[in-house]
Amino acid sequence: MATTDQLIICEHCDCVYQKVTLAKHQKTLCTRCGGVLQRYNGLTVQQRLALTVTALMLWVFANFYPVMSISLKGLKNSATLWDSVLALSLGPITFIAMVAAISMIIAPIIQLLLLIWVLSYALASRRSPGFRFCMRWLETLRPWSMLEVCLLGAMVAVIKLAGLLDVLPGIGLFALAILSLMMIRIAGRDVRELWDVL
Amino acid sequence: MTTPPVASELNLCLCHSCGLACDMTGEPSECERCGEPLHRRKTNALTRTWAYLLASLVFYIPANLLPVMNTKMVGNGADSTIMGGVLDFWQHGAWDIALIIFIASIAVPGIKFVALTLLLVTVQRGSLWAREERSKMYRFVEVIGYWSMLDVIVVALVASLVKFQALADIEPRLGILFFGLVVVFTMLSAMSFDPRLIWDQQHSNNEEVMDEVASH
Repeated sequence: MATTDQLIICEHCDCVYQKVTLAKHQKTLCTRCGGVLQRYNGLTVQQRLALTVTALMLWVFANFYPVMSISLKGLKNSATLWDSVLALSLGPITFIAMVAAISMIIAPIIQLLLLIWVLSYALASRRSPGFRFCMRWLETLRPWSMLEVCLLGAMVAVIKLAGLLDVLPGIGLFALAILSLMMIRIAGRDVRELWDVL
Repeated sequence: MTTPPVASELNLCLCHSCGLACDMTGEPSECERCGEPLHRRKTNALTRTWAYLLASLVFYIPANLLPVMNTKMVGNGADSTIMGGVLDFWQHGAWDIALIIFIASIAVPGIKFVALTLLLVTVQRGSLWAREERSKMYRFVEVIGYWSMLDVIVVALVASLVKFQALADIEPRLGILFFGLVVVFTMLSAMSFDPRLIWDQQHSNNEEVMDEVASH
């Protein structure tokens, strides 16, 4: 194990390289296929944990406050993310409600909880109980967590409805905007570095 | 330019979950660090990619033909398809929104079909053509993958908001289910493909060339 520790294999073409230490804004590319091998990651465990806790707060706001509200001739209506999942769950299309729920609500919250669990132990330079399990799930969930898409979707919906009635973006939408940007930073591939430091 | 050594030459295997270069002496079945199963190449990559791709192609037809939502304004109901929504925005002068929806819902799945088919066919033919570009294309397909979920989310939000009984009511329709399935299956298809297959051909082809040279 000790001998292969410092090796890095390009996941796109299987070329083998030695790991290098990167300075700010640097990344290494595979000379054969051009894929990214390593990217500089400026976050310490402490910073990442702090951002994750912040993101958890934002998740609460994004989910418990309405994303937007509309009014038509004195009638008002507002919807949270969960309401929009429920709107899909009626009739024969229930399956898509599950996909939407996973990609907008469930995958992000599980990612955040796993990160907090793993990082709190990492703060004390220890592997958390179930470390392998948590890290593998973080890998599995990443492609299915679609908050950025959700944000763009909410903005398109605002504009779509703005032509028909009065639309007011809610606290949920602003929380969603910041949360989706933070998720890119904290739950990215570089979480894997924990394997090397712990 | 010298090519760096390839994992199989050093008897190594990349763990897809934690990124460790695993030593394959003794043929371990799982990564010693994270416990994930190890494969030198993704299992049945080509068959699985084809299967998911064909499934999503089949779903792509009802996804575009069936209405994705029904808008009822003061009693008058109207079904709208995805393309209908795009045209609606276009005619009302919101060309930017029309473009976003068009790219996310129609262009992205289309590009994925073409790109994945191209990758599959070239890999199966053992082509050496434009390998670096094809690697890039695969990474591009992976990145754009989930943006097609946009329409599903828009329909969900709009349908949950516009609920004013007789006055105005928007309901999702069957088309959105098929549309969501297209997105899920194209994502699964892209995940099952193994980009390393693009580069695997090198050795066997060189050998063939050598054989031909020898026979002449």
